[in-house]
Amino acid sequence: MLEYARWKYILIAVVLALALLFALPNVFGEDPALQVARKDHSPVTADAQKEVGDFLTQRGIHFARTYIDNGRLMVRFANVPQQLAARDAVNDQYAQTYITALSFAPRTPEALRALGLRPMPLGLDLRGGLYLLYQVDVNAAVQQALEGYAQDARRALAAANIPVKDVTVAGPGSDKPYTVRIVLPADADAGAARTTLATPLQGLTIATESLASGSAITATMTAAQVRERQDYAIQQNITTLRNRVNELGVSEPIVQRQGIDRINVQLPGVQNSAEVKDILGRVATLEFRLEDMQNNAIEAQQTGRVPLGSKLYTHTRFGRPVLLKREVIATGDQLTNATSGQSQEGPSVNVRLDARAGENMLRTTRANINRRMAVVLIEKRRETQDVGGQKVSREVTDEQVINDATIRGIFSNNFQITGLQAGEARELALLLRSGSLATVIYPIEERAVGPSLGRDNIDKGVTALIVGMAGVFVFMVVYYKAFGLVADVVLLANVVLLTALLSMMRASLSLPGIAGIILTVGIAVDANVLIYERIREELRKGVSPQAAIRAGFDKAFSAIWDSNLTALIAGIVLWVLGTGTIRGFAIVLTLGIATSMFTSLMGSRALLTLMYGGRRKIARLSI
Amino acid sequence: MEFFSHQTSFRFMATRKVWYTLSALLMIVSLASFFTRGLNLAIDFTGGVSGEVSFPRAVNVEDVRTKLTAAGFREPQVQNFGSSRDIAIRLPPDAKSTATEIRTRLDTALRAVDPGVQVTQLDVVGPQVGNELRVSAIWALFFTLLGIFIYIAFRFHTWRLSSGAILAVLHDPILVLGFFSLTQMSFDLAVVAAMLAVIGYSLNDTVVVFDRIRERFETNRRSPPDVVLDQSINQTLSRTIMTKVVTSIVVVALLFLGGPVLKGFSAALLIGIIAGTYSSIYISSALALDLGLTAEHVFPTVKKAAFDHLP
Repeated sequence: MLEYARWKYILIAVVLALALLFALPNVFGEDPALQVARKDHSPVTADAQKEVGDFLTQRGIHFARTYIDNGRLMVRFANVPQQLAARDAVNDQYAQTYITALSFAPRTPEALRALGLRPMPLGLDLRGGLYLLYQVDVNAAVQQALEGYAQDARRALAAANIPVKDVTVAGPGSDKPYTVRIVLPADADAGAARTTLATPLQGLTIATESLASGSAITATMTAAQVRERQDYAIQQNITTLRNRVNELGVSEPIVQRQGIDRINVQLPGVQNSAEVKDILGRVATLEFRLEDMQNNAIEAQQTGRVPLGSKLYTHTRFGRPVLLKREVIATGDQLTNATSGQSQEGPSVNVRLDARAGENMLRTTRANINRRMAVVLIEKRRETQDVGGQKVSREVTDEQVINDATIRGIFSNNFQITGLQAGEARELALLLRSGSLATVIYPIEERAVGPSLGRDNIDKGVTALIVGMAGVFVFMVVYYKAFGLVADVVLLANVVLLTALLSMMRASLSLPGIAGIILTVGIAVDANVLIYERIREELRKGVSPQAAIRAGFDKAFSAIWDSNLTALIAGIVLWVLGTGTIRGFAIVLTLGIATSMFTSLMGSRALLTLMYGGRRKIARLSI
Repeated sequence: MEFFSHQTSFRFMATRKVWYTLSALLMIVSLASFFTRGLNLAIDFTGGVSGEVSFPRAVNVEDVRTKLTAAGFREPQVQNFGSSRDIAIRLPPDAKSTATEIRTRLDTALRAVDPGVQVTQLDVVGPQVGNELRVSAIWALFFTLLGIFIYIAFRFHTWRLSSGAILAVLHDPILVLGFFSLTQMSFDLAVVAAMLAVIGYSLNDTVVVFDRIRERFETNRRSPPDVVLDQSINQTLSRTIMTKVVTSIVVVALLFLGGPVLKGFSAALLIGIIAGTYSSIYISSALALDLGLTAEHVFPTVKKAAFDHLP
């Protein structure tokens, strides 16, 4: 007699039903689609949906249907040429309002989508795209913070009329790192200085020491503060990169932190990497400053003597020197919006400042009418140089005047920057709008996969999967007859279960992931083989068929358990230590081992009990 | 169908000296090749540029190489693959340039050959990343082996069985390394993943055989150890072969149909599976025997009670 508890049947049925449901979205495939988003990030309305649809029809471009997904308009097409034609048409017509991105829309029926069921996302190696790994210069971020403290300290001491001899900053990597050192002359009151500095240097560890020629106050950032500052820089950079990626119109981009000081960016469908990377990696900000009208810029350039309180710049376009006052009226950080447009003087960027900067601007323009004001574009990049055979990488800052003009009227928080080329205006507006990067980032790894190669990879992977599985299925039936068929059903259930788990986790499927699924099929067979060989052995001993089945499962259990556990160790190590595609493989492998234990131990036992269970007398087994 | 219609009774243990010699020879060759020739490390580990480009018409490989050298790339490796229009390029790491600069220079140089060039795939790995990936691969190997050693020590109470299993576990990845060193096939991250899977599965067989040895000793305490070991291996033989045949079916499908990306991965798996089958029979059990394994060492060590709650 062969029996199996009813609750186990129910459990298996429920798990399988759920697995089928979650795995279902993967069978429908994908349509080429165009994602249309509004530049101002407001959701696309139903009216706009109709308008774009009518426009495409009018242009003679066929599309399957349009719908709104997450505030974005999706237009589906039957084929890629139509998709490309539609993108060009929409870009021509609606360049001011919309950003478009090529994407693939799953053909999953509405009913399933409404339940939140989605297919597994495909990795970049399967759909084509650009993978970038950025190194974030977190040390520069800490250095910046220290310099900020130094400036605040100087300002506070000046306001309190305390003389200062020197203020130095010791950044990361120096003898006494993360320290601001303020040296006071002998006649200064160190106690008063320390009291004054309490506010600007709040939170830092402050110490006073006596020197031969006066005293010195050192303020050191704690380890927690340094880490906080580094985290802030990464977080800020991630936000900015996300904004920029969105502005570029990439569908389903991934921007995430990797390790302590890295950010990985995955851009499906992006091919033109040079332009994308140029925009992603740029650290650009603006400063508005008044021109120094009392001194002669050309003279300053020739003599090399720049008047106190001023700084010498070069005009990007005209190449002439410009002398600007050190005081900054407003900076790019205080911007609330920037859009490119057209003015009488050519392409322009319309700028909107926040209240504080607006007030400052109003005060300045009112007092300086008919004087000149300049816009300085500050860009940072990283440069590697050979210094005495050693490669030294350092941050380079370019500061250039992109525009200077006479202040003709009083304005506050809303004005235009002119004197740009059309492309420049658009790019500058994008950079300003997406916010500045907190610190320099530079790509250290880049992997680009063309769309045709992606297609090729997925075709090969799927072919290998089908052929491999078919081979196993046929072999199992030939070798174990009816029991082989049971094993095949169980193997199929295992693949469904694995697909369901991967879809639920939204783990993206890469080529090594497909290899993992194939390998899991091979592994899952092992458990069945162990059980069946045991059953055959028992039968040879002359045990009755039903007792042989029971003994087969019972005796094979410890071997199955042990052997899967060792493979699980390898899978988990890879999962924890691996990155990218290797992790994808590890996830599939680990989950596959877990699901195969479930299906072969519980699933096949349930199936065999159904076939051979009950009180019937079985003469022989088809094994 | 059955591979072996009746219970086989091969005398595995009697010929073990021959197999020891063969194994030792293979391992020496593998290690010698590994230490002298080294591995053909992919850019995952060395850093550098690896790309595939497709030209609208056939191009001369030499021409592409000259153009790349002129563009300032040192020792470019240029090869045809597939057709005379498709070219694979590999460049050594360049610490001085950023990924973006390299990409721009490469694009310009390739356009000089033919403006219609299409870059189908391009990987740029910084030397720093390459270094880190190498270190993390070594750590992954280390932790997998460590985890498995701990597991074996815990699972088989006698050091005689444990040592056999550990040696078998080391044997298989060494042969895989030897294969990659001798053939100079590209050794990339995916191969490391395959090696870890091999380590996991190689032990799989050993564990199944040991499980049976434990059972045989339990029921049959008086038989000499070599007889028990032979019986255990023979009884699990058809399972061992069957599982390996099935796993090989899928791995061979991957090897021939999975495309170039998975070639190294599936080759490593195939070598590992073959080596694993052999090592579980000849290395782990035979070594345990030579270390003086007897029934007293194994029995009564394991409580079957642990598996009372069967699913």
